Amino acid sequence: MSNVGIVIVSHSPLVAQGAADMVRQMVGDEVPLAWCGGDPGGGLGTSVEAIMQAIERAWSEAGVAILVDLGGAESNSEMAIEMLGGDKAGRIAICNAPVVEGAVMAATEASGGASLAEVQATAQELSPA
Amino acid sequence: MSTQSSNLVEASVLINHEVGLHARPSVKLTKVAKAFAARIELAIGVGGAWVDAKSIVKVMATKAPKGAVLFLRAEGQDAQDAVAALIALVERDFDEGNAHVVAP
Repeated sequence: MSNVGIVIVSHSPLVAQGAADMVRQMVGDEVPLAWCGGDPGGGLGTSVEAIMQAIERAWSEAGVAILVDLGGAESNSEMAIEMLGGDKAGRIAICNAPVVEGAVMAATEASGGASLAEVQATAQELSPA
Repeated sequence: MSTQSSNLVEASVLINHEVGLHARPSVKLTKVAKAFAARIELAIGVGGAWVDAKSIVKVMATKAPKGAVLFLRAEGQDAQDAVAALIALVERDFDEGNAHVVAP
């Protein structure tokens, strides 16, 4: 059985990589994990193409949970999901949660073999009601 | 120490970890708990609220400090093994030893 994968999307590659480092160190490597951040020109931003590639790297038959930081990270993630389309799109969930804490919580839940819906719910348990 | 009646197992252990049940120890505890089928709950101190030991958010929210007594109760076929594994994890100081060094 495969564990749900985690994708971290931030406007800053440093934030995304740092959050991924925390997941790796605190939770371990039994969860597929990928991150992306920054625009193609090297500035702050997010790119639909980079998000699609990150989803592919973290892909799991159990699905993928995405943690995003601000505005464009979410809308570009939605666009990436739409462009992947088909069967995969139905197995990707964007979590409404803080990116660092949410990623660690989601990965912890995923490491125990939880479903995508459970992983998303655990990440979102942290958010203010 | 642990007591067992039917398939309910209870035990308690002193948390000696330098920073208590903070992020990393909580993640480890939750991961061990998830490996068992039994329903597992924990509480901090006598009269502490019982929370699901498999919920990372709830375990971390207990914010149990060093020196707190962690109470465990589990129910189910592998309850005994689950409690033994969790007690062992806490007694091993979450496999971190002196990993928490105060930064200069």
